Amino acid sequence: MPLSAFVLVHLLVALALPIVARRNTRAAFAIAAVPPAAALTWVLARSGAVLGGDAIVEEIQWAPLLGLEFTFRLDALALLMTLLVAGIGVLVLVYSIGYFQPGTGDARRSAPLLLAFAGAMFGLVLADDLLTVYVFWELTTICSFLLVGQAGISRESRRSALQALMITAMGGLVMLLGFVVLGEAAGTYRISEIINEPPGGTPLVVAASLILVGALTKSAQMPFHNWLPTAMVAPTPISAYLHAASMVKAGIFLVARLGPVFVGVPQWWVPTLVFGLITMVLGGWRALHETDLKKLLAYGTVSQLGFLMVLVGQGTYAAALAGAAMLLAHGLFKATLFLVVGAVDHQAGTRDVRELSGLGRRMPALAIIAALAAASMAGLPPMLGFLGKEAAFGAFLGRGGNGLFVDLVLVLGSVFTVAYSARMLWGAFGDKPGVPATAAKPPNGLLLVPAAVPAFAGVVLGVGYPLTDELASAYAGVFAAGPEVPHLELWHGFELPLLFSVIAVAAGLWVHALRTPLTLWRSRLPKPLDAQRGYERMMALLERTAVGVTGRMQVGSLPTYLAIILLTVLAVPGSVLLYHAHIPDDMRLYHNLLQVPLAILVIIAAIAAVRAKRRLTAVVVVGVIGYGIGGLFIVDGGPDVALAQFLVETLTMVAFVFVLRRLPARFTKGDTARSLRWPKLALSVAGGVVIALAAVLFSAARQRPPDVSSDFIAQSEQGAGATNIVNAILVDFRAFDTVGEISVLAVAATGVASLVLAARFDRRRRSTRGASAVPSEERPKSVVSGNGQRHEEVQE
Amino acid sequence: MTDPRITAPRNGERPRVPWTGWDAPRERWLLSGFPRDGRERAMLLELAARIVFPTVLVLSIYLLFAGHDRAGGGFSGGLVAGQAFALRYLAGGRMDDSAIISLRPPVLIGLGLTIATLTGFVPLMFGNELLESAIYKIGVPLLGQIKFVTSIVLDLGVYLLILGVVLDLLRTLGSGIEADAAAAERGQA
Repeated sequence: MPLSAFVLVHLLVALALPIVARRNTRAAFAIAAVPPAAALTWVLARSGAVLGGDAIVEEIQWAPLLGLEFTFRLDALALLMTLLVAGIGVLVLVYSIGYFQPGTGDARRSAPLLLAFAGAMFGLVLADDLLTVYVFWELTTICSFLLVGQAGISRESRRSALQALMITAMGGLVMLLGFVVLGEAAGTYRISEIINEPPGGTPLVVAASLILVGALTKSAQMPFHNWLPTAMVAPTPISAYLHAASMVKAGIFLVARLGPVFVGVPQWWVPTLVFGLITMVLGGWRALHETDLKKLLAYGTVSQLGFLMVLVGQGTYAAALAGAAMLLAHGLFKATLFLVVGAVDHQAGTRDVRELSGLGRRMPALAIIAALAAASMAGLPPMLGFLGKEAAFGAFLGRGGNGLFVDLVLVLGSVFTVAYSARMLWGAFGDKPGVPATAAKPPNGLLLVPAAVPAFAGVVLGVGYPLTDELASAYAGVFAAGPEVPHLELWHGFELPLLFSVIAVAAGLWVHALRTPLTLWRSRLPKPLDAQRGYERMMALLERTAVGVTGRMQVGSLPTYLAIILLTVLAVPGSVLLYHAHIPDDMRLYHNLLQVPLAILVIIAAIAAVRAKRRLTAVVVVGVIGYGIGGLFIVDGGPDVALAQFLVETLTMVAFVFVLRRLPARFTKGDTARSLRWPKLALSVAGGVVIALAAVLFSAARQRPPDVSSDFIAQSEQGAGATNIVNAILVDFRAFDTVGEISVLAVAATGVASLVLAARFDRRRRSTRGASAVPSEERPKSVVSGNGQRHEEVQE
Repeated sequence: MTDPRITAPRNGERPRVPWTGWDAPRERWLLSGFPRDGRERAMLLELAARIVFPTVLVLSIYLLFAGHDRAGGGFSGGLVAGQAFALRYLAGGRMDDSAIISLRPPVLIGLGLTIATLTGFVPLMFGNELLESAIYKIGVPLLGQIKFVTSIVLDLGVYLLILGVVLDLLRTLGSGIEADAAAAERGQA
């Protein structure tokens, strides 16, 4: 079981890593790089067989009776993603050794979190079970929340982390709903089985829409893209990992993974196409105007994610082939570029385009690496990005006018891509007239080598296109290929895709040359829609609603709370009860003569309790009711229950008496109480009737002792060693319940004690402020509610 | 030991007590660290508490053990023990409970919960299932055969936890409110 072991080792090492990180953060990063490196080696060794079509499958039973299991499966897509997740994981962790100041809090936190993140991603891409996918999906959300939030000291990082969490977790919950719909409709939660026999009809459509919400939010598609650029407050290596290999790629991966299930479902491919195209163009447009290199790259990622979404959502062989190639290409060049920007930031102390100048001559090696990656991003031959982009243009040709339109939008997006690639290179390394040359030392090997590896991999995979073709077509094979099977090639001949590429590069360079007038023009444009402002408005609305609802519900009045509870009981179970009520035929007034006096006693006590004027009388009379009920238990042959009832009743009375010492002897009768008298009476009578009815119906519903009772009776003597079956159930058969119940009791007792003691403390503190020397009897007695506000004594 | 009426000279003379206090009890029936004002004391109650308290505790332990075959169990036993302390509190006043039992209520609650939870895990170490109980029968001279079922330990945890909850109640609603009232009388509140 190597697959699950790798996932587990990642998470376990991440758990143990804080101990190392406390002593030596560099060592922590080095150790953290080991598990992904091992996973990478192992997966590479198996890659031949996997690409040949042999999937490695593993199952771990989790709760077999419920059909819950962790299932892992290494197939072509998982292999592709694993290469990115583990490969870039190793590079980022090695890079972090040089990037983070040793011994700082950021470094101490980041090593275990990054490794945990890698483990969660690893689990996600290998998962073959929808619920397993969900578990790891949310683990990545939590990891990214912690990574973006860092120590949570700055307000900005807190808000960004919360925004990322809110948006992606919201999408994740909707996605879970879709998973359930899909799994229930298909009768299995195994993805590979669902692909073989996809369900049809409405459930498929519903599941497609719901799952897409999760994928779109996670992959930062418009209009959910806003969390990604704000998440840029995280340290750069973390951004590199988030953007290149994990988190945002999860959404693309999910669409690619479930694509075969939803082939031909318009609710699946139309949104991915529309949202993807809009995201690609708008993201590219925003990236053109950023001055912060990281933000520029972030919007570049948004744009590329749109592109990827278009490709993986189509459900055709050609698009899937292009999608797989672009997925790989994007991971490689984005990792390089982020690591380069991190190195620039680390050495020069800034990453603002307007302040950097002449770095290209100071750091030629870094500039060359960046140029290779940017060329791949812009889609220049012979890079991997070029392969992907050519295949993408080709995938939509031959689909008539609509395909041509899609291609034109893709070309527009590519123009922006070329333009911001040029802007990135120029911004980081160019000589700018009028800006003094930035003072910076060239970075050392620890920063350089991890950035160089993916950049050169992009070249190698571009030149060695047969290898890339094998990798990508192994995934694309899940879709039916047409009569003519497309391939990734550097040279297709003089065809339309080549023309598109030439147009994109030429126009992109032209747009870059026009950057100053273009930005001026853009700042004059009206901005009717801003996703960030929309998010903020929504959050503010949510908080206002919460305050309003809480203010209405938690008014600090016991009668109001009781009324709300009773109304709920009447509305929900009560209405169902009345709807289904039918009084059993063989109902008897009593079946034991002793019940009659006890019932009369209880009824008289109940009436007396309502009419009582003094608190002590009321408490005593309520106690009489309790003892009467205990007596009824004895009559019905339940000495255990009766004993517990008597003891609890006694204790309750003692507790009441304690509290009564601080309350007035008589019930106060306010003016408001009089007007509410009849509604209160009606409500309490209705509540009583419903409960009585429920008691009659529920006890009548059982005709004979259920099997489980006779089972318990048979088992208690030899199984639990008890002749008292109630006790045998409590401490043996259902001991788990008992432990749970006493835990609740412990929490409740501690909570009540804390509240009472806190109120005393509060009172004492107020009195030491010397506000008043009035004896407490003359002041209105007050209770202190949870939020520290003072309310006048609860009105009766 | 601050109350002069209690430390009054005992050399045969009558203690100098105003005649209105003659009927106030002078003996300390309960070994509490906090002697109450004589006017607040109820001699019969104190005497009864002194006599009944150990008996009730024994009864509670009996209930704990009897639960397996007859009515009782950790829950009932704990409540009975708790009520023994409640009686002492009613008779002896606010410091009484803390003077007898040095364990603080939250500690007792935690101890009970820990025992109950750990008992559940012990069977795992012997290759059994979680919370599974074992039965041992031991022959003891004079007493005959004694049956010991391991689930009694879980019951003991419940017993301690319930006792802790009741003592917590006495601490917060009992002594707490009493201290408040005393503070109010001194004009502090």
